[in-house]
Amino acid sequence: MFVIALKMLFYDRAKYLGLVLGVAFSTLLINQQVGIFLGLIARAGAIVSDVPEANIWVMDRGVKNLDTIFPLRDTELGRVRGVPGVEWAVPLFKANATVRTAKGDLESSILIGVDDSSLIGVPPRVVMGDIEDLRHPDAVAVSQDGFTKVWRNEPLALNKTVELNDRRAIVVAIVKDSPKFTSAITFFTRYSHALQYTNNGRNQMSFVVARSVPDRTPEDVAETIKERTGLQALSSEEFRNKAIQYVIDNTGIPVSFGTVVGLGVIVGVCVAGLMFNLFVLENLKQFAVLKAIGTKNSRLIGMVFLQAMVVGFVGYSVGLFGAACFFEFAGKNNPNFTGFYLPFRVAIASGAVAAIIILIAALIALRRLLFVDPAIVFRG
Amino acid sequence: MNTNPVQFDPARVSISCRGIVKEFGEGQAKVTVLHGVDIDFPKGATSFLVGPSGCGKTTLISVIAGLLTATSGRVSILGEELTTMRGAKLVEFRAKHLGFIFQQFNLIPALTAAENAAVSLVVRGWTLASAKRESNRLLDRLGMGANRNKYPNQLSGGQQQRIAIARSLVHDPDIVICDEPTASLDAETGRDVMVLLKEVASSSERSVIVVTHDNRIFSFADCIATMSDGKIERFEVLTRN
Repeated sequence: MFVIALKMLFYDRAKYLGLVLGVAFSTLLINQQVGIFLGLIARAGAIVSDVPEANIWVMDRGVKNLDTIFPLRDTELGRVRGVPGVEWAVPLFKANATVRTAKGDLESSILIGVDDSSLIGVPPRVVMGDIEDLRHPDAVAVSQDGFTKVWRNEPLALNKTVELNDRRAIVVAIVKDSPKFTSAITFFTRYSHALQYTNNGRNQMSFVVARSVPDRTPEDVAETIKERTGLQALSSEEFRNKAIQYVIDNTGIPVSFGTVVGLGVIVGVCVAGLMFNLFVLENLKQFAVLKAIGTKNSRLIGMVFLQAMVVGFVGYSVGLFGAACFFEFAGKNNPNFTGFYLPFRVAIASGAVAAIIILIAALIALRRLLFVDPAIVFRG
Repeated sequence: MNTNPVQFDPARVSISCRGIVKEFGEGQAKVTVLHGVDIDFPKGATSFLVGPSGCGKTTLISVIAGLLTATSGRVSILGEELTTMRGAKLVEFRAKHLGFIFQQFNLIPALTAAENAAVSLVVRGWTLASAKRESNRLLDRLGMGANRNKYPNQLSGGQQQRIAIARSLVHDPDIVICDEPTASLDAETGRDVMVLLKEVASSSERSVIVVTHDNRIFSFADCIATMSDGKIERFEVLTRN
């Protein structure tokens, strides 16, 4: 009977395609939108991810995210270093800077100043060059996506000169960093050098990044720093989550993406549900014939569920493939799109949503099928 | 008036209906379609159930087939009480003992002729492949061997009805119920179908019940029960030389 069920399903290709596309559309939309959403909000904590050596971030008490910063006094670094449980602590500077591209256009960029001696704060993945060269005058490292934006259509190369806040900078290294929220272009340089680019006077330290001693948790040490210095101190994880939560709480992004995902599910349920209902309705007489000649209800339910499962599986596969292609190809060579990906948990969750969509569709259709009067076979 | 006037040898009766009443609706809207029908159908005979439209023929065969439940009365098929049979047992009984031929053929468009003819066996648990092998033999007998791989929409009305005949007989049922089998066919094709049905379906143990008001095919009947207003008006056993 299951072979017959499949033959019935594939016979009306237009309807079969409609059913599959309904599920595929939902799956594609859910995966694409949730993938972009997660990629987008992850950018809010990107700078934290780029400093894997540190597990504690110290900042002004009022800081809620990585973009709105109130500078700390330079003396705070020493105070943090003196807190028990702190293995080491270094300054980190973060500011926005204007960069002039090779074409002469102005672009916003992020300037990160890292500890002069340890260079902690530069992302560990170096694509080209040597981080130690940052010790040279005017030396900067640039993010790979930033290089692509500043020098469009040019191959990656070192020793390029660029204007940063109207001052000369020489690219000595290209690094792979986490995509940021406000700009794809990030420059890394020594802390002392970064201050020269902004020239805002004393007390420009944005953060103190530190590491806890091995036998204490970063949360525990952060609590001690807070008590001893009166500053805000968070573990890297806490700070990343706080920055992400800020975006969730203070922007329309979750509502916007949530609405699209919700619509995707609703459209999926409606399209698949209506099409499946129509499919069963059009085959109702055939099902009635099968019922009349001795097919049990349990077998008919099995047939409908098999048809629904096939539609769900094929639709989900097509939708997931579409989403995977989107993330694989849509962002290729587009620096603005870096960092968006399809998390496997989202793929699994969208599979569950596709299963629910098709289950609802099958149940709607079954309602008609189970109550069909087999005596209709005798009606001309 | 409703008593079957012909008394058959009880051992030769395949279907026995006693006092069948069927009502539809409730209260003011209640309609009584069958008014206490008594009738026996003998084995080895083609019995015609005839009468004007709306006289209750289709309702009676639906009750006999277990597709409708009688409001009161008893239907006994091959010695088993059908009116008390419920659920899976009734469905299994239908799959084993009954074959159906419908006015509109009711073939499944997605299946080939051979697959459509095989459905009655698949319903009983056969695999489609083995059921097709069996149905192919019957299609050859029905002169449809060359069309076994065609789909219903590639066949004429007469050819589709032959496939329906094959579907109704492939599982060797004891009773074949035909609802207006020639109504959708022209006179010549209708006659050919009846010749074939009579030839293939006839056996000493099988009852064929044909509901029709196509008087051109009455000559194929062994018995004719005439219905009027939900009652059996007349029952004739035809003798031929």
